[in-house]
This record gives sequence, structure tokens and C-alpha cells, in this order.
Amino acid sequence: MAGPFADPFDPKTALWGCSCGRHASQAEHDRALACEPVAAAPEPNATDVEALSARIVETAVTKAVFGTEARRRAFLSLVGKATAASALATVFPLDAAKEAFAQAPRAVEKRNLKIGFIPITCATPIIMAHPMGFYAKHGLNVEVIRTAGWAVIRDRAINREYDAAHMLSPMPLAITLGAGSNPIPWTMPAVENINGQAITLANKHRDRRDPKGWRGFRFAVPFDFSIHNYLLRYYVAEAGLDPDRDIQIRAVPPPEMVANLRADNIDGFLGPDPFNQRAVFDGVGFIHLLTRELWDGHPCCAFAVSRAFINDTPNTYHALLRAIIEATAYASNPANRREVAAAISAQNYLNQPVTVVEQVLTGTFADGLGRVQRVPNRIDFDPFPWHSMAIWILTQMKRWGQIRGDVNYAQIAEQVFLATDTAKAMRELGLRPPEQTTRTHVIMGRTFDPADPEGYLASFAIRRT
Amino acid sequence: MRAARPLASLTLSALLLALFIGIWQLSSLTSGAGDAVVDPEYAALVGAAAASGGQTPFPSPLQVGARILEHLTDPFYVRGTNDQGIGVQLAYSLGRVLTGYGIAALVAIPLGFVIGMSPLLYGALNPFIQVLRPISPLAWMPLALYTIKDSAVSSIFVIFICSIWPMLINTAFGVASVRREWLNVARTLECSTWRTAFRVILPAAAPTIMTGLRISIGIAWLVIVAAEMLVGGTGIGYFVWNQWNNLSLADILTAILVIGIVGMVLDQLLAMATRAVSYQE
Repeated sequence: MAGPFADPFDPKTALWGCSCGRHASQAEHDRALACEPVAAAPEPNATDVEALSARIVETAVTKAVFGTEARRRAFLSLVGKATAASALATVFPLDAAKEAFAQAPRAVEKRNLKIGFIPITCATPIIMAHPMGFYAKHGLNVEVIRTAGWAVIRDRAINREYDAAHMLSPMPLAITLGAGSNPIPWTMPAVENINGQAITLANKHRDRRDPKGWRGFRFAVPFDFSIHNYLLRYYVAEAGLDPDRDIQIRAVPPPEMVANLRADNIDGFLGPDPFNQRAVFDGVGFIHLLTRELWDGHPCCAFAVSRAFINDTPNTYHALLRAIIEATAYASNPANRREVAAAISAQNYLNQPVTVVEQVLTGTFADGLGRVQRVPNRIDFDPFPWHSMAIWILTQMKRWGQIRGDVNYAQIAEQVFLATDTAKAMRELGLRPPEQTTRTHVIMGRTFDPADPEGYLASFAIRRT
Repeated sequence: MRAARPLASLTLSALLLALFIGIWQLSSLTSGAGDAVVDPEYAALVGAAAASGGQTPFPSPLQVGARILEHLTDPFYVRGTNDQGIGVQLAYSLGRVLTGYGIAALVAIPLGFVIGMSPLLYGALNPFIQVLRPISPLAWMPLALYTIKDSAVSSIFVIFICSIWPMLINTAFGVASVRREWLNVARTLECSTWRTAFRVILPAAAPTIMTGLRISIGIAWLVIVAAEMLVGGTGIGYFVWNQWNNLSLADILTAILVIGIVGMVLDQLLAMATRAVSYQE
């Protein structure tokens, strides 16, 4: 037998094309020497990947040592297979080489993983990787588990009931800093989605679109540590309202937002989709603005794992990260959005009408005011966790008093937003990550310079510090 | 009270139900759609009611009936971690309730016995019991999640903690209020402590203990729905939460009906057991 998995210690095997080494293939050799009967070599009993990769190493080493086919055959015929192998082992650490080679492509420490998600379109890459086979492709058997709320997903992730979890991008920062829970080193190796949120108002406020007139409004956001909370506060503060005094903001789980809007318990919410679109679908509210109008390209949700998970199972972590990034790249292509919408709306995942999810992902949607809008980047998918995004989030955490004292912005950002890992995985998948890990962002026309977070913070008139 | 004829009350029950459903059906005919006219492209993107300027209405009894039929014809399917039939979810909930309740019974009945037989212990433990008893079991949930670090065990713990008090108090009360004469007779006959406990006190206190068990199962079944809505994962409470997430009131009504029926069955089973151990003096 020839080919990459032939036994290099069998004298009849052809490593250089054919058994004499002068023909390109064994078939050609056979034709040239038609009179010489060639005995069929026994199939090597190398069925599993481990044995095959060991065989590849042996072959490479044998080739390097002997140089030509004739010399290898002569040597093997003279001393026999076992002796040859052990003789080789004395001059070359064959076993170590086999092991090192085997480590590289496989050796996922833990194949069966549990990942928790909240049923919103922000979790698209995490969810779609299951039905569309991205996890399986990277050798993982993942169970994606729908979870009841952000506090629950945080506690379950901390308790290690989940190996990885869908979180809001400020959450890994808050967990690491110990804001709202015990400090535990947490990381965010990929952004799930950018944009894709909206401010939805009750239908009765159709004529009160100017935030200056929102004094006394009651708003819902999904969680205290959420980009939603910070963007809503930023938005009303730019209009001159103090978010802690002039309006009410409460944390409400996304599904309850529509029910509360309908019951007139809140005037509006800055929440994740599909619930903005669901409010329109059920005739309860209208979409006042998309968050991309506040900060185009803002991070929203995160693919988050604990530092311990990375340290304990590095190969699993890298395989998982590659699966997530590949799914993210697939979802970012507008041509695939309908297919993705169909895959994630199912009862097992989002459990929502397909048309609602499709409107969110394609950006062709009813706005609740009788118009059909076309905004292709209403939601988009870009996994790269810019350190500058983390620094912006930290400035807002400090601005609203969630964290106090001196904050080492750059260090925390680097520690939690694992841009280097993301870039490495992107390159492995043939994607082109950015060269830098920080850049300036423009939020409502105001430029944020990540090099001067304290100066940025001081520039706001309304703040709690 | 004079006993009513069973047939008459049954007919009245059926009439009341029909009246209720009839009013519901009539009111669901009028609500919902508005009269605004929008272009067809927009109408295709929103719900039927929103397309004409209205709100999605409360489901009619017919829609709910159709959903119930759908759930009951295929209650045990499993199509993935997050998509399992209502029967499977019920089984998860019942499993949790029976585990927590069973452990509570194993702890509460012997402990209640000891407390009931010893006035000293009764006095010593009573303040603790009185403080812990009125705490809503769900208030324990964050504490349980934090210390136990496992959501499945936490919900069983919550069932345990909510069902233990009625059992404990009733057992202690039942044991303490066994008639003196009977105990004195046992003493006159020189019965051992164990023999007195099992042959005199236990049968005498059994109806009170069973009443405690019956109260507990009711509470446990109330609490499991709330606990599962909080923690999620599996169970009938999670089913309700999940359908709420989809704003599907028809499915929620199905679940409410099923929860009610299962609760009634559990209660009736314990009522039968209570009748079996009760006695006439």
C-alpha cells in the first residue's frame, strides 16, 4: 500500500511514489515492470486518528533518515522492522515527536459542552452554530440551553453548570471587577453582535419623539450591566435629562418588556430584538430609533468564558472560539440572513414567529408607524472585541457609579476582551482581523478617545462621579 | 347543611363553565382589529391585528382549545434541549416536588415526633420554627443558588424548605396532644418507649400528621412553578416562562389548566390517605 498512512517500516511500502523510487506512482512502476509480480501489502491497522498521525510522523522521520527508497528498503530487509524502529528511536525521539504532532490538530480535552443563551437575536452565532453544524465541524458536541435571565445565566456560568455563556458585553467586565457579584476573572473572546437594539415607545407617544420632553417616562432595560442601560442613559443625558432623576429606568427581562408596554407599566424600552419587532408585530409599540443611530457598530452581546475554562481546557476553548467566529462570519453575510433566521426561530431556540426574526436580521422591517424601513445593518456581526469598546463601557460604569475609585482601563480591557485570541482564530479561518486593538469611536457625534478615558468622563455634565 | 343531589350540582357546574366560555368567546369576537388601512407590504410584516392599527387580542376559547388538543395529543416529544412536550415538563416538575417533599417528610416526621414528645425541645425550637415558617420559599432561592451552586438541587431545596414546616408543626402538635389517658394506660401496661411511640402515639397522631402532609404538597406544587420560572431549564414552570417569552397566551392557559388538574389530583390522593388513617373516638 502507498499513500500517507502506509507503514514506513515495511520494506514493501512505497514512500517515494513507487517501491523502487523511480516512478511517480506504484501503478506506473507496475506497468514498467509488468513481469515482476507485486505482492499486495497488508493494510495497516491504523483506524483511528491517533495511529494515523503517529504513522505520518514515522514516515516523515524515515524519509529524512534514509534519503532514498532503495537505501531504506535495503536497511529494513537486513535488520527487520522492529530493530529498525528501535534503532531510529535511539537517534531521534520518535515517541515525543508523535505526541507533539498529535497534540496540534486534535486533543480537545472536553467534547461535550453546555452553553447557556438568552432567547434574543443577539445570541445568533451561539444559537445558529448548533443547528447549522459549526460546533460539530470543530469536533465539539455542544448543548445550547435557553436560560431565564441575565442573573441566572451569570450564576450558572459562575457555578460551572455552563462551560461558556451568552452574556451582555459589560457583564464579563463587571464579573471580573466584582460589581454585582464576587470578583472572578472572566473573559470575552468574541463579540456576538454589533448594533441590533432599538428604543421602542408605546403607541400613545407617537407625537412625543423628542427626548427633551420625556421627563417622567418609565423605561425598561434588560440588565443594569448592559450596553442598553448605558446607551439609554447617554441618549437622555445628551438631551439634558438626568437618567437617575428625570426618568425611571428599571431592569426587566426582555419578554416582559412587551407585556409591560402593553399593560402601560412602562412608556418604552431600550431592549434587544426580537422584542422591539415583536412589539410592532403585536401592535403594542413603535420603533423610535435603532441603536446604530446612536453609535454605529456598538458592541452588544458577548461570547463569554471564565479564565479558568481557558486555562483548564485550552484546546477546547480554541476549537469553540473558532466555531463561534466562523458562525459569526457566516451570519455577517447579508445573503445568509434568511437562512439563519429560519434556523434560529425554531421552538428549540428563539421560539418566535419567523417573520419577526427575519425582519430583524434582514433589516427590512415594519417600524410600527406604517412604514417599511430598509436598514441592512440594523444588526451586524463582527467578533473582534476592541479594547476601546471595553474602555468606553468602563467609563460609563464609572460615570453612573457602578464602579468607584481609580480604574486601570487599559489593563482591565486587555485582561477581559481577548482581542489577541480573536485575531489568531480569525487568521486561522482565513479572515482578516484589524491590526490595532484600540480605535476611536463616535457616539452621537462625540468622539471617544480610548487613550484619555478620564478626560472623556470629565467632559459630561451629567454624571455620578 | 343538607346534602345536595349530585346530579343537580354537576349540571350547575357544567352550566357555569359553558356560561364562562360563552362570554369569553363573545368578548374575543369584538376586540383586536382597528380600522386603519396600510399598504400590503407593511401588513405582511406585522400581525393581523397590528396591520389594521389594533393590538393582538387575547386568544379565544377556540384557539386555546386547539392548543390544548395539540399539546395533549403529543405530550411526550423531545425535540432538543429546549423543546420538549408538556408531559415531559410535568414529569420533571413532579420529580422535583416528590424528591424535595420526600426528603422533607423523612426529616420532619421523626423530628416532629421528638419535639412533640419533649416539652423542653418544643419550647427551645419553637422560636426558630415560628421565624422560619412564614418566609416565602422563593426568598431562599438566591441563597441556595449561591451556596449549593447547582440550580437543579437548589429548586429541590426550595421545595424541601417550603414543605417541611406544615409537616413539622402538625406532627409535633399531633404527638403532643395525644390524650393523657391513653399514655397512662400504656404506662400501666408497662409498654416500652418505642412500643408506646409506634402503637399508641403514631396511630393517635396520624390524622394530624396526614393533614400536615396534605398542606405541604399543596404548597410544594405552588412553589415549584414559581421556582422553575425563576431558574428555568426544565419543568412546567419553565414551560410557562418559555411561552411567556413567546407571548403565547394560549399555551400559558394550557399550562395553567394542567397545573390546576395535577395539583387537584395530588391533593385528592393525600385526602384519601388521610381518610384511611382517621378514626372515630
